Amino acid sequence: MAFGPHLLLAVLEGLVTAAVLSLTALGLSLVFGVMRIVNVAHGEFFMLGAVLAWAVANALGGHPAFGFLAALIIAPLVVGGVALVAERLVLSRLNYNPESTIVATIGLLYIIQQLALTFYGPEARPVAPPFVWRLSLPWFGYSSYKLSIIAAAALLLVATWLVLTRTKVGLVMRATQYDSETAQAFGIPVGRVYAGVFALGAMLAALAAVLIVPISQAHYLMGQDPLLLSFIVVIIGGLGSLRGTVVAAVLIGVSDGVVSMFFSPTLAKMIATLAVALVLVFRPQGLFGTAPR
Amino acid sequence: MTPLLVTKGLTRRFGGLKAVDGVDFTLMPGEIRAVIGPNGAGKTTFVSMVCGRILPTSGMILFDGADITDMPPHRRVRLGIAYTFQITSVFPNLSVYDNVALPVQRTATVGQGVRASVMAALEKVGLAGRAAMQAGQLAYGHQRLLEVAMGLALKPRLLILDEPTQGLSDAEIENFVTLVRTVAEEATVLLIEHNMPLVMRLADRITVFDAGRVLAEGTPEQVRADAAVQAAYLGTGAGEAA
Amino acid sequence: MSGEDRHAKIYGLHLAVLAVLFGLSFVLPAYYHGLMARILVLAAFAMGYNILFGYAGLLSLGHAMFFAAGMYGAGLSIAHFGLGVPLAFLSGLACGALLSLVIGLLALRTSGVAFMIVTMMFAQVLALSLIYFAGWTGGDQGLVIPQPARILTLGGAAFDLTDPTVRYMAALALFAVALAVTLALVRSRHGRVLVAIRENEERTKMLGYDTFANKLAAVVVSGTVSAAAGAAFALLFGYVGANFAGVQYSILPLLWVLLGGAATTLGPLLGTLVMYVVTDTASSFTSAWLLIVGVVLILLVLFFPKGILGTLRARWLGWLP
Repeated sequence: MAFGPHLLLAVLEGLVTAAVLSLTALGLSLVFGVMRIVNVAHGEFFMLGAVLAWAVANALGGHPAFGFLAALIIAPLVVGGVALVAERLVLSRLNYNPESTIVATIGLLYIIQQLALTFYGPEARPVAPPFVWRLSLPWFGYSSYKLSIIAAAALLLVATWLVLTRTKVGLVMRATQYDSETAQAFGIPVGRVYAGVFALGAMLAALAAVLIVPISQAHYLMGQDPLLLSFIVVIIGGLGSLRGTVVAAVLIGVSDGVVSMFFSPTLAKMIATLAVALVLVFRPQGLFGTAPR
Repeated sequence: MTPLLVTKGLTRRFGGLKAVDGVDFTLMPGEIRAVIGPNGAGKTTFVSMVCGRILPTSGMILFDGADITDMPPHRRVRLGIAYTFQITSVFPNLSVYDNVALPVQRTATVGQGVRASVMAALEKVGLAGRAAMQAGQLAYGHQRLLEVAMGLALKPRLLILDEPTQGLSDAEIENFVTLVRTVAEEATVLLIEHNMPLVMRLADRITVFDAGRVLAEGTPEQVRADAAVQAAYLGTGAGEAA
Repeated sequence: MSGEDRHAKIYGLHLAVLAVLFGLSFVLPAYYHGLMARILVLAAFAMGYNILFGYAGLLSLGHAMFFAAGMYGAGLSIAHFGLGVPLAFLSGLACGALLSLVIGLLALRTSGVAFMIVTMMFAQVLALSLIYFAGWTGGDQGLVIPQPARILTLGGAAFDLTDPTVRYMAALALFAVALAVTLALVRSRHGRVLVAIRENEERTKMLGYDTFANKLAAVVVSGTVSAAAGAAFALLFGYVGANFAGVQYSILPLLWVLLGGAATTLGPLLGTLVMYVVTDTASSFTSAWLLIVGVVLILLVLFFPKGILGTLRARWLGWLP
């Protein structure tokens, strides 16, 4: 394949990664931004979404599209429920103290990972994509399902943006993010907002996982990479900026796709990580965050 | 005599707002200068630029003839500028003693030197009896006194006090007046205050700020009689307590 | 309580802990003997982490890189240059000190969450380069340091570091030195300044302190102690591996310190000990031990929000350093 089409292929692959990454990172950004806590178990919510997707699809049988659609609805809801329980039982009791929540979410990570290992097992299992149709481009064929991931993620991001900026619920969330004390003084039930945000963050991660699982398999350790990557995306994009999160996800996803297609993956990762770290050193507020005075 | 502090055209913008607008200011050594003005006039922003907390948008600051405009705050402190915060900024989880030990230990010799200097500073503000208390548990007015003690412990040449008497009782304010007069024997004092009777008693000269600019400057009598100052801040005739 | 009383209690407590650890060497069964040696080395690592996190208030997510720097500095100098044990240990220390200086100069330009990410990323770069330069480092599989290379000759006597008792005593010596360093730092002027920076950095600047220089010093001390632990680990357990540079070895010291009590001198030891005891006990009667560990962690943080010793200090033992 000539260079041009090769690059196009790399960019497409990168966009798929970016799509999933932006949803996951958005979930983390909401939790981090509104509640100001680090949820180390965020990757496990992602993994749980993938594992549940397999479970639902496996249980339902029939046409893959049917199982996939059911998974798309059921998995995020269940994961959201788990997150809600964790928030009510543990995080709210800790008063969202940043250090205690790190320990508590590490505990949560261990629990979820072990449960997945015990009930799902150590194997990686695939889920059939809802439709298999190769789009024939002049230079190569490309899975249209992958393209639909990009479209679905874009839709979800727009929907989230609309909710955040145009609805009362979104306004309440943004108010709590800006100044939780004042929000409380205005009668906003901050505790319930936090519970909702935490569940929403987990659901977004689970959704992202359901989207990606037909092209990569469900495995009980698959939460580690998304956790680190979404963290990086959120900080690079700038805390509290949805636009920043998306831009950073696209940048990181596409450059990862391009670089690893042309260079050794280890060297690529090394250079990319070093570059990102240096960007942060000289511009700590990220791309769209507010600069410190 | 070289002025201790000079600012030329000192300006600070926040977005579209000019908090401090081209201020020329001169302070002679040994003065007690009060800076007064309505809320939002730029007084705290001005002194924050002098001590280095905030960087100016434009303008120049000279301390004892040397240009300190770009100097980082900790170096300015070592040159002899001390600032007590308007919004109390002690270390609430440390004891009163440890709060004052921090400025003292930087220059004191190992061993006994620290304890003596700390207790001396605490004596001056009347907090010696509470040395073991946790600073966060002090009454508000006492926390402000602790701020002053920390400033004093730096043995500054220029002591900037930002609304130091907020929350103090009348008796404590009396002690405070004596304290400032003692300090002024060895250092220059720049005082931001809203307590007008106190200002009239203590200050050698008064600078009045309004909307980021110097509105008037002079002795307490001159300032009190100034029509523009009365219109902006003091009110006409009635309300004089001193 | 008067100053002298407090001094005496503090030194008494620390000496007692060391004495107990010393005595354990003679009563522990073989398996626990080796485990305890491991715990002591990792507790030293945790203490190094505690200096930066607990006292200076800087949360790094990349301390594995300092541990690995010490480990590989020592291990590679034996494997490739045939250095003896003392020199190998020193080169591990030197690598850690140098790395922490460079990282400190770069990372301290950021704070808060950016600092967390930047340290994590630098650690990842190191981990990746350990794999990339596999010819030198043994890559994924790491290197084994053979037994003959791990004999420490001091004066005329030879100490075989593979011997369990010698290994235990060496680990205890490392732990004691790290504990002494922590205690000295905490009670020094510099320690007070670090705590002040943690509580209110701007105020500390306005008291004349160059907070950048102080924080940099804290990074270097913290990194060097962590590297010492890494170098000791390589020499005492004979293995050098890239997984020790991975992110879990950056999260673990954070976990141990938080559990035992951040900003306490003995908290890191307690946290490391508790984690190992819980993990060991749980795994001996179920294969789902990770679940138990997770539940225990959550329970501990609910009842001891400042860590075990931190909560004890807040409630009853105010004199604990």
